[in-house]
Amino acid sequence: MHEFVEAFRFIARNGAVAGGPALPSLSHLALETLKVGAIGVAISVAIAAPLGAWLGHVHRGSFLAINLGNIGRALPSLAVLAIGDAFLGLGLTVVELALVILAVPPIVTNAYLGVDGVDGELVDAARGMGMSGWQVLARVELPLSAPLLFAGIRTAAVFVISTTTIASLAGFSGTLGDPIANETSYRFSGVLGAAICVAALALAVEGALTLLQRALTPRGLRLSEREPAGVLERGVATA
Amino acid sequence: MSAPVTAAAGPVIPDYAAQSSSCEIDNRLFCWRWVQHNWGPVLWPALREHVVLALAAVAIGFAISMALALAAHRYGWLERPTTIVTTILYTIPGLALFELLAAPVGLNVFSAEIALVSYTLLILFRNILAGLRSVPAEVLDAAEGTGMSRTQTLLRVELPLALPAIVAGLRIAIVTIIALATIVYVVYDRGLGVPIHTALGEGPFKTELIAAGGLAIGLALLADGLLVLGQRLLTPWARARAS
Repeated sequence: MHEFVEAFRFIARNGAVAGGPALPSLSHLALETLKVGAIGVAISVAIAAPLGAWLGHVHRGSFLAINLGNIGRALPSLAVLAIGDAFLGLGLTVVELALVILAVPPIVTNAYLGVDGVDGELVDAARGMGMSGWQVLARVELPLSAPLLFAGIRTAAVFVISTTTIASLAGFSGTLGDPIANETSYRFSGVLGAAICVAALALAVEGALTLLQRALTPRGLRLSEREPAGVLERGVATA
Repeated sequence: MSAPVTAAAGPVIPDYAAQSSSCEIDNRLFCWRWVQHNWGPVLWPALREHVVLALAAVAIGFAISMALALAAHRYGWLERPTTIVTTILYTIPGLALFELLAAPVGLNVFSAEIALVSYTLLILFRNILAGLRSVPAEVLDAAEGTGMSRTQTLLRVELPLALPAIVAGLRIAIVTIIALATIVYVVYDRGLGVPIHTALGEGPFKTELIAAGGLAIGLALLADGLLVLGQRLLTPWARARAS
């Protein structure tokens, strides 16, 4: 357990290594991790949410939307980063590209499942009130599917933090993965301390997004909320 | 099989001996000859180790999840704590979990497998439990009415009916673990992460990055494809209902 004591001392020193070279502080690395990750998630949402919602709206492309989710899960981050490195050289662009490749599928799948799963009678009622296709999507389908879409974004955010740290193994520096990939400079206490920070950061992001999801869920849906032990059969619908 | 991978994967680019072609020395995008020469000593063993790591993790994870799900099926209050713990395990990024385990467990196969197994638990537990719960009450009444005991009902009625959900969970778990196993090398020198790591340290050596990275991606996609087929063969009745 001595290692853990040393690791927490490393965290308490904000990442300074006694007698070592000047290294970026842990809080700086954590903020950079969040920044790199947030850019990736933002690009992915911009691409994936409209695509998934539209596919769900027209009830088409279920094969694409669902299998995309599984393929995203199947892609090993390190392999994607390695191949990107070989073709383009490792930099922020390749890391963001890898993040987008991994984060788009769960968002597409969940946006699709959310919109596709909206009760057909509600859609009929909305149409009967004279709403156009866009209005149905914007005022009925999207609000009702928001929790599921948001669950997809949450899954994507956790993937993204995980991959951002793995990027350090591939040689992209500036994130919380750095100490883990560089035991020579940081010693094992630094590796372990950074691992604790990465785990804490991922759990904090997951927790914060869960709270946000709850706040964004329409009250009517919240009342009928049952803890769903949903089957992960068709994608990543981890609510 | 004592660490032949790192030994054989030694310096590639600096090795200007007769077998290094100009393609390798210039580090061009992809040198087919290097792949042919290194398939036997480097890539194939890494691929095989990768499959073994992943299958072992899913097998152990399945056994644990099945026990947890059966317990939670009988004693409902177990579901919530199990879900919370497995969700936390699932949320911790792979790289961090491997290192967190390396401190108490050491740099060995146990660190690798404990981490991989912990990622299967949420997926498998949720799916097995959801499958068991999806059995309609009338079916259970009918089973009881025919005089089946609780164990008989479980084995002959509930588990077979839960099979589509269970197989779906296995599919997700296997594919997830194959992807995660590429970073096992940080605590245990096995799997397709090893040649990727070697190549990154050498320049990076592009051919090896593409070959090993491509194998990892190909393996994951192949596994997913095979499992879709398996899912269809194992549960032919689900297809008719789903479509």
